[in-house]
Parts: sequence; C-alpha cells; structure tokens
Amino acid sequence: MRATVLVRPKPGILDPQGQAVESSLRHLGFEVADARVGRLVDVELATDDQEEARTQLERMCEQLLTNPLIESYEIDLGGAG
Amino acid sequence: MTDRPRIAVVVFPGSNDDRDAALALEHLGADAPLVWHTDQALPAGTAAVVLPGGFSYGDYLRCGAIARFSPIMRKIASFAAEGGLVLGICNGFQILTEAGLLPGALRPNASLSFVCRDVPLVVESSATPFTTRCEVSQSLTIPVKHGDGCWFADAELLNELEHNGQIILRYGQGANPNGSIGDVAGVSNADRNVFGLMPHPEHAVDPLLGSTDGALLLGSLVDAARLSVGALV
Repeated sequence: MRATVLVRPKPGILDPQGQAVESSLRHLGFEVADARVGRLVDVELATDDQEEARTQLERMCEQLLTNPLIESYEIDLGGAG
Repeated sequence: MTDRPRIAVVVFPGSNDDRDAALALEHLGADAPLVWHTDQALPAGTAAVVLPGGFSYGDYLRCGAIARFSPIMRKIASFAAEGGLVLGICNGFQILTEAGLLPGALRPNASLSFVCRDVPLVVESSATPFTTRCEVSQSLTIPVKHGDGCWFADAELLNELEHNGQIILRYGQGANPNGSIGDVAGVSNADRNVFGLMPHPEHAVDPLLGSTDGALLLGSLVDAARLSVGALV
C-alpha cells in the first residue's frame, strides 16, 4: 500500500525557508501571516495492513525520516492508496 | 606512548575535506590513515577518529542523516562509548548530532546563504582533549564554509549544556555566520571525548592559509591521542 509522511519543522524552530516563501508571497500581493516549509515522503509499502503500515512508518520516522529534536511528522494512510 | 599517534579519518561518499584533515594531522605529528565508510573496523592502534567535512550522501534528507547509518559508524559509536576521542568537523559534526553522539541539531543557515569566510571564535573551555593548547577566552580565526550550520537546541537542553560546560566554542560577538542558538560554534558530549564544530581547523594550519589557529585545536587532539594510545582499539 501507498502512504504519505508529512514532516514539519516543530513550532518555535526557525524556518528561514518558510520566511522566504512568506515574504515572496507578500510581494506577489497575497495576504499571508505565516508560511512554513516541510517535506513530503511518499512510501510504497509491501504490506496492505493499515496497523502494520502505521507501525512501520512510525519506526521509519523515528529512525530516519525525521530528527525528533526539530521536526514533527504526520502519517497519511488514506487518500494516497 | 608513541611518537605518531594514529588518528583515523573517515571517508564517506561525498566527503571532501578528508585529505585536508589527514594532511593537517600528519603535519601536526599524527599518522592519519583514511578509513572507508563501509569498513567494519578501525585500523589497529587507532587513538582518535576524525569525521571530516563535505556533503556525505549529497546532504539528502538532512545533512548527516544517512551517513550516520554507515557500517563504520557502529564501530565509532562503541569507540566513543569506551572513551575514544572523536572529532566531527562541519559535515562530521552534523553526522555526530544525527547519530546522537553530540547534542543538538544543525539546521539551514538563518540567511539561507552558503557562508565561506574566516570567522572569529572564542574558546569557552580548555578542559577538553580538543582545546588543551588554547586558553579560555582566547580568540581564534578559523574559516567556515557551510549552508547548514545553524546549531539548535531547545532552551532546556541549552541550559543543561551551558551548566555542564559542554559549549566549547562560540562565534565572536556579532560574527555569528549562521544564526546558531547562543552563538554556538562547537559542542562536546558530557564526557568531553566527542567534539563537533562547524569551522574548519584543518584549513587553518599554515601561515599560507591566513591563520594557524586551527593547529591549536588539531594539535590538542594529537597531544591527547598520543597519551591515549594503547588504551582502546
């Protein structure tokens, strides 16, 4: 099954990319109060079991996909399939 | 005791300061063999390990995030756990934080620009194997060259590190090139046998390069390695 992992800089972590994007959006005339830039990882898993998939993805996030000191993650098992 | 202590320099795919580091260490009196990242063991008699600068694995995902799983890193983690001396320079520092061997994390520079210039540093502690040739409050000039050198720790962790005296180097006042918290340029682990810094001491060991201050840090490591030979590997 296919799953998507969203990785975000934690609140309070300086996000210069997000600041640059926010500033550019303002220059384009959009009224934007804040923008944060994260990362998206699409994963094709061997398993079709939702619970098993979630367990594996959580381990992937803790070991490699995120640095828990500075990033949070969200796993999306729906929609992607 | 030996005249030329062995300080292994690890080469990851994308390392580019490995030879400079080895040359600087040899110049300062060490024997500095290069070790490939897939090696399972450190050379016999290794007294210290240096993780050099560069762009291991293309800096994919996060700087150092993939290199930390190299086979040699398992050996380096156990070497460090036994008290072995480990120095991480720039990308090597990033790898050590990702591996959990050093506190904090390195984020993109606040300016989003790659910085490449000499920076003034202030020595916060001379009581580490990496700074014995320095004095507290001494000012050093050593170049930085990085895009992801903004060291971060939350307030609680920073307090703890300050309290433990693990902040070893700071950028001079008003000269922080990357926006790091507390102007931190280099930190150690609690036992002070693992140290990482963003500036490149190996690029400041000869007057021709504009500064020899890097030799104070690498020379301290050579001194310490000389004393620790035979103790570990």
